[in-house]
Amino acid sequence: MSTTNAAYYIPHKATWPVIGTLGLVTMLAGFANFLNGSSIGSTLMVIGLLIFIAMLVGWFTLQAHESETGMYSHEVGISYRMGMMWFIFSEIVFFAVFFGTLWYTRNLSVPWLGSGATKEILHSAYEATWPTNGPAALGGKFEPMGAWGLPFLNTLILLTSGVSCTWAHHGLLAKNRDQLIKGLIATVALGFLFVTFQAFEYHEAYTEMGLTLGSGVYGSTFFMLTGFHGFHVCVGAIILSVVLFRSWKGHFKPENHFAFEAAAWYWHFVDVVWLGLFVFVYLM
Amino acid sequence: MSAVVAEHDDHHADDHHDHGPAKGLLRWIITTNHKDIGTLYLLFALAMFFVGGAMAMVIRAELFEPGLQFVDPAFFNSMTTMHALVMVFGAVMPAFVGLANWQIPLMIGAKDMALPRMNNMSFWMLVAGVLLLASTLFMEGGAPNGGWTLYPPLVLQPITVGKALPFAVFSVHLLGISSIMGAINIIATIFNMRAPSMKMMDMPLFVWTWLITAFLLIAVMPVFAGAVTMLLTDKFFHTSFFNAAGGGDPVLYQHIFWFFGHPEVYIMILPTFGVASTIIPIFARKPLFGYASMVWATASIAFFSFIVWAHHMFTVGLPIAGELYFMYATMIIAVPTGVKVFNWTATMWKGAMTFETPMLFSIAFVVLFTMGGFTGLMMSIAPTDFQYHDTYFIVAHFHYTLVPASVFILMAAGYFWLPKWTGHMYNEKIGQLHFWLSAISVNILFFPQHFLGLAGMPRRIPDYAVQFADWNMISSIGGFIFGLSQLLFLYIVIDTIKGGTGEKVTDEVWEDAGKHSLEWTLPSPVPYHTWETPPTIVPTEHVLDHH
Repeated sequence: MSTTNAAYYIPHKATWPVIGTLGLVTMLAGFANFLNGSSIGSTLMVIGLLIFIAMLVGWFTLQAHESETGMYSHEVGISYRMGMMWFIFSEIVFFAVFFGTLWYTRNLSVPWLGSGATKEILHSAYEATWPTNGPAALGGKFEPMGAWGLPFLNTLILLTSGVSCTWAHHGLLAKNRDQLIKGLIATVALGFLFVTFQAFEYHEAYTEMGLTLGSGVYGSTFFMLTGFHGFHVCVGAIILSVVLFRSWKGHFKPENHFAFEAAAWYWHFVDVVWLGLFVFVYLM
Repeated sequence: MSAVVAEHDDHHADDHHDHGPAKGLLRWIITTNHKDIGTLYLLFALAMFFVGGAMAMVIRAELFEPGLQFVDPAFFNSMTTMHALVMVFGAVMPAFVGLANWQIPLMIGAKDMALPRMNNMSFWMLVAGVLLLASTLFMEGGAPNGGWTLYPPLVLQPITVGKALPFAVFSVHLLGISSIMGAINIIATIFNMRAPSMKMMDMPLFVWTWLITAFLLIAVMPVFAGAVTMLLTDKFFHTSFFNAAGGGDPVLYQHIFWFFGHPEVYIMILPTFGVASTIIPIFARKPLFGYASMVWATASIAFFSFIVWAHHMFTVGLPIAGELYFMYATMIIAVPTGVKVFNWTATMWKGAMTFETPMLFSIAFVVLFTMGGFTGLMMSIAPTDFQYHDTYFIVAHFHYTLVPASVFILMAAGYFWLPKWTGHMYNEKIGQLHFWLSAISVNILFFPQHFLGLAGMPRRIPDYAVQFADWNMISSIGGFIFGLSQLLFLYIVIDTIKGGTGEKVTDEVWEDAGKHSLEWTLPSPVPYHTWETPPTIVPTEHVLDHH
């Protein structure tokens, strides 16, 4: 910590936060109207999304500019790192809710449904096994998703992208621009490849396996966990694309490249969540 | 304990190139200044306090007599639901965030919050979330009326939500984002912006309690967001998380909700403890008794808050081992809480006490919060909780821990720091009148609810059996007096901002306050920018066992 606070950059006004909030709330109000069957819902969603994207572009451009013009001291960098770290922590908690749901369902509520008085009185024909779509067999017959097809391939893809991301980081540290950019291109490409394969997987589930969000609690947990993860892969890949663009523009120095670090942390977080998914959703 | 003077150069206006606030209304929209944002939070919370209070008045008016008087039952249930959501997420939490914004940088010698743009966004996300929630009041089917806990399957039935559910869910998401951003900012500020000369164990307790609260927020707001997301998909996307027909379980929602909900109630009480620990030593003219034990008690209460959630669910049919575990774990919380009550009492013991309004509210807090704590202990006993569960006894319990505790301490904080912020003294006579009216009426309002609950009156009903009539009428009368008394607070806040008594307050405001905490070494009113240079020496009068 320095003995003076003067070097710590405090912006004196900020327009992007309120614009971003406006975009987000418009998007969500639109989504809520859409769910209620109101015709203005989708229009509002699109307007909100456009405002939100404008905010992202504007705010990040501003931050990149400030960073490149040397307005951020070492202390500002520490604040950013703390911010990113605790943001990722909150994301971990968010995923933990759905992992916890999966655990509770498999180990407690499904066995309870298939045993004791519940079974005797309510639904004697129900066998509490996993996967299940419940005593009422909601959504009809379905096939559970196996682990060793596309999901395993996706595991390899994501692990490889973690390696390429680290390789790019080494390139940045060694001032090897070529390695930095190639590594990032590979990481982004692998990220989008992962999402594409997941789209194929979902398509197969819906069209050939009878597995949908409505397939009882198995379908619910499967799509909720993999879906939110897939969404995070998309976000991570977009962040990495921005970092790639900035690297190509010549931003980042070996001693100062917070945006790269934050993107890499996020990417590794997404990677680790996937390993959890592969074990608990697909394998077990 | 030596009196120390902290260095600062804020008197020299030309020391910083940036000037005062932007002109006009725009200042409040685009501001990144922690004092401006603190003010926004506090004013918003005050407004919501009256909105939520108006809803409480509707509830008490309807319950004044048996039978249906003024509103239909569905609207009554909307009022209980919205009163809770508005008070928790719109009033109490934002008020403490407002205090954090104002006070933490001042108290730790930081020139602003660590992430000022995000600070601005936290506030507007809060406004957006509350507006989204409030919009449901004007919708077909009305606001959510299944209770603030939003339990399925009740809350998923058309009669209970109408069109409101997705709005309520997204409101929770926005409020969650707001809280998480606010919490991250507070953590980064305390760790990264503290004056180099201030060690962690020198920090005022208000800063400590907020640091711990911020961790609670980051750890549980995403849990609530996850829970309501599953409500949304169960309602609109055919999932079966809480639907037994598909293999799910509605009780799972309760587990997730209370894994959030129990830490949530501590999110509202830990900063309360922090403010009380700041005020009491100054008016007792003694250092806080047991500073280190206060820090550890706060941390252990926060830890325990994660492992006691199912005491809200004793009657759902938990396994007996679960009942026992959650009963004993809950009782343990009385230990660190008792440490705190003991410490506040010991701080006042043989102190040279004076009884200005902030101190009056703080003493009332210690007494009345303890009462709320005792009824909590009663309910932690699983077998007896079967009698109390979902009755007015629980309503009385948590209102004692929230109204004469959190809300009283927020009032105390207002009286305590307004002179510092505005440079004007509030009217002590009206302040004391406000205190006595509040302290007496709050007991008329909530104490009879213990009797009603023990006699079996269920919560969340617009009508009741005639044997409950007398105590309900008394409770309602207390409620109306309490509600009206708060208009005095509104008057005092406005009056103080506009000049108060006209008496010029000193930098310290309260006698020897400068020995306790850094903000009192700054000029009154506090300049727009402070601590451009961090203080080299920090006051430690609040740390009795200091080194």
